[in-house]
Amino acid sequence: MSSSDLNAPAPVLVNLQLNGEATSVAVPPHWTLLELLRYGLGQTGTKQGCDKGDCGTCTVRIDGEPQLACLTLAVDVRDRSVETIEGLGTGGEPHPLQEAFARLGAAQCGFCTPGMLMSATAYVDDLTLQDNPQVKRDDIAAALAGNLCRCTGYTKILDAVEEVAHSVLNRQRELAESTAEDE
Amino acid sequence: MLRLSPFTLHQPKTLDEATQLLAQHAPDVRVISGGTDLLPNMKLAQTKVTHLVSAKFLEELHGIERTETHVRIGAATGLKTLAEDPDVLELLPALAYAASRIASPQIRNMGTLGGNISLDTRCRYINQSELWREALGGCLKSHGTECHVVPGGQGCVAALSADTVPSLIAYGAVVELASDKGLRRAPVSELFQQDGTWHVRIAREELLVAVEIPIPSPQTRVAYRKWAVRQSIDFPLVSVAVRLDVADGVLAGGSVVVGALGPRPRVLTLERLVGSTLDEKLAQALGQMVYDRARPLPNIPYDAEYRRERMVVEVRRAVRSLVGLPERPLTPQA
Repeated sequence: MSSSDLNAPAPVLVNLQLNGEATSVAVPPHWTLLELLRYGLGQTGTKQGCDKGDCGTCTVRIDGEPQLACLTLAVDVRDRSVETIEGLGTGGEPHPLQEAFARLGAAQCGFCTPGMLMSATAYVDDLTLQDNPQVKRDDIAAALAGNLCRCTGYTKILDAVEEVAHSVLNRQRELAESTAEDE
Repeated sequence: MLRLSPFTLHQPKTLDEATQLLAQHAPDVRVISGGTDLLPNMKLAQTKVTHLVSAKFLEELHGIERTETHVRIGAATGLKTLAEDPDVLELLPALAYAASRIASPQIRNMGTLGGNISLDTRCRYINQSELWREALGGCLKSHGTECHVVPGGQGCVAALSADTVPSLIAYGAVVELASDKGLRRAPVSELFQQDGTWHVRIAREELLVAVEIPIPSPQTRVAYRKWAVRQSIDFPLVSVAVRLDVADGVLAGGSVVVGALGPRPRVLTLERLVGSTLDEKLAQALGQMVYDRARPLPNIPYDAEYRRERMVVEVRRAVRSLVGLPERPLTPQA
C-alpha cells in the first residue's frame, strides 16, 4: 500500500460471486477490480497490462459480459457475478478453448491469453444456431477486437476460436436433430 | 501499476440526492458512469478530484424511449445497448454506427452515451504520465503556461474525440441537464466551447440526464464516418457526420459536422448548396468545403496535413453513401 492510502476512506464490504463462489471481501473504495483480484484475493491469472483500457489483458466477465478489470471500481461488482481465467479450466481439465489455444499455438508469451480467453468464451457462449448458423471469422475478430496480442499476429488465435466455435455449433446441430427425431 | 488516488464514492439513488451531492462538492467532483475515460484520466493525474458521484443507480439516466416525435436516451445508457437498439438502428442509424465504432467491445460494455459526450479532450501532450508532462514543463491543460501544439497559443486546443457528438449535432439532439437549481436543456451544437481544458459547457454542479433527438423525416439522411489507424480501440483521428435534407430530389439543406479538430466541433451548414443535385459533384463540393473551413491540428497522432486530406475523403464517401453512389469510385480522386 502506498502512503496515500493512509488517508483513504475506510474499506467497504463487497459481496460478489467470483467464479461461481460467494465471496465477501473488504476493499478500499478507490481500488479497481484488478487490484482486488490480484492483490486482495491473490488471483493473479488476470493480468495487468496498460492499466488504462487500451490492451484488454485484464478482461474478465462481469454478469457474462467481457469488461476491463483495470477500469472497474471494485465496489461496483457488488452483488454481481465475476468470472476470471481461474474459473475457466485446470491443467488437467482445460476448457475446450484453452485446449485449442495450446494445441494450435495460439499462446506465445501468454500475457494476453487470459484476457483473450475471457473475450473468446463470451463469444462462444453466445453462439446460437439461429443467430450464427455459419461461423464467420470477421465475427470472431470483432469479438476479440479489444484484446491486443504482440506475438502471434492473431492468426492462430482466430484459428483456435474458430475451431471451437464450429464444434459448439455442430453439437447444437446434432442436439437439434436428435430432438427432432425423438418427436 | 497505475493507481487511483483515494476518493469518496457517492452512490445516490435519486436525482435530488445526486444534484445535492454535486452542488455540495463542486468543483472537486465528477460524475462517474462507465468510468472508461474518467478513471484512466485520474490514474494519470490529469483529472484530480476527491469526490465521485455514481450514475449507476439513477433510474432516470437509464433506457431508451421512443415517442411520436423523439427518441430519448438516458445518459447512462450503455454504448453497446445504444449501438444495437432496434429503434436507434431504424431511426438514427448514424448514431448507432458511431456508438458501434467507439473503442473496443469491453469498453462499449462499460461506457455510456453521457460519458462519451463528456469525454475529456485529447492531445499528445496531455495523455501522458504526470512525470512525462512535468519533464516538458507542463502545458495549458496540465499545470503549465505553454502550448506545445500552437507555439505561443493562449488557449488549449486539445481535441474533442467523442465519436457520438458529430452525429448527435447532425440529428439536432438536445441534452437535458439537472442541478440543484432545476432542469435545463441545451442543444448539443451549443454544448462545446473553444477551451480544451474543459470544453463541455456542463457545470460541475450539473448532471447530464438524457439526450433527446427529434425523429428525422424520411427526407433527412445522416452518415457518420471515422478514421483511425486501427479498426478498433483507437480514438477518432478524423470524425465527420454529414446530414443531407432532400426535397424533390435535390438538396434542401443539411450540415457537415467535423470532430477531432480542436475542443469544439466545426458545424458547416449547406445553405449555399441548396438546389444541388444529389451526385458526385455534391460530394466534391462538400469535400472542398471542409478542406477550406475545417483544419486538423498537430494535437492528436498522425500528420495534421494527412488528416486534413483524409477528412475530405471521408466527407466525400459519406455523401456518396447518402446519395446511392459507390463509396469508392474508380477514379484517381477516390
